[in-house]
Amino acid sequence: MRHHLVLRVVSKMLIPFILLFGLYVQFHGDFGPGGGFQAGVIFAAAFILYALVFGDDQARKVVPDKALILLVPLGLLIYALTGFAGILLGGKFLDYDVLSSDPTHGQHLGILVIELGVGITVTAVMISIFRAYAGRTKAIDKEDW
Amino acid sequence: MTASIDMVLIVDLVLLTLLCLTALAIMLVRHLFAVVALTGAFSLLSAGLLVTLDAVDVAFTEAAVGAGISTVLMLGTLALTKRREARSPKLSPIGLIIIFSTGATLIYATPDMPKFGAVDSPGLVHIVPSYIEGSENDIAVPNIVTAILASYRGYDTLGEVAVIFTAGMGVIILLGRRREDEYGYSEESAAFPLRPETSNDEEGKDKS
Repeated sequence: MRHHLVLRVVSKMLIPFILLFGLYVQFHGDFGPGGGFQAGVIFAAAFILYALVFGDDQARKVVPDKALILLVPLGLLIYALTGFAGILLGGKFLDYDVLSSDPTHGQHLGILVIELGVGITVTAVMISIFRAYAGRTKAIDKEDW
Repeated sequence: MTASIDMVLIVDLVLLTLLCLTALAIMLVRHLFAVVALTGAFSLLSAGLLVTLDAVDVAFTEAAVGAGISTVLMLGTLALTKRREARSPKLSPIGLIIIFSTGATLIYATPDMPKFGAVDSPGLVHIVPSYIEGSENDIAVPNIVTAILASYRGYDTLGEVAVIFTAGMGVIILLGRRREDEYGYSEESAAFPLRPETSNDEEGKDKS
């Protein structure tokens, strides 16, 4: 993709906004449309766009495989541990009421944390799946397309 | 009031027509690169339809996953195979009968469904009123979808995340090995041969 100047410039300008929009969808999910799944996919789309335009190797420098393999279970762990936190604080599994002195605030906190967990896992899984596919092929010659 | 309903109808009709045309094109086009691009367009149109149904959360997912990431994944898969579909299979009469009878059954059953957005439809009377009340008073979250997904149905969502986790882990373990030669690809390390030497001959045969 060394020759595609326009693509490179446009993606460089777009990627920060995609990431910002992903964060907005993530943390504004309880007020507007969105949530962890959508945010995770949007976030992953930004990284995949980067990998498509600047190459797989460059993208691996931004998010190394080792970090990715840690992030995949981290999100699920955050979600499950939030559930167990509910038990430890005297409620039931995934009962957010007890997470804070005020039940409504506890619900907000619980939703925020588990959505973050969902977002982390979805982002990491999407990027991993893309890498697993992209890593299988040689860089494609221009004539091949 | 009637004007706004007509507008929605027009948008729906345009989107559905485009959807049908895209589906037909996907069926008829043999160039797989074009087919992948068309499936992306199909997803984008579906996302538009979901927006007109006020299902913005689903539309989000459809646009990002359907039109975005799965298109990229299919392109990645395409790089591993040939760009052209093998000759189209013949129309099988049994398949046609099954498809048309299923379609006819679905259309026949559609008028029995509750009217779109009807308050007394079975899906909305059982537990939904308490969810709506609860997400306004107890959870105090304006987006009821998030309240249901993350709080009332927290177990289900945990299960969904576990499914995604498992799928991701499966792909990483099966396909995620690092490439080995200078391009990163070595035939020996691959789980399956990607570009067999015979592929060029086969392409020649196809053209003749």
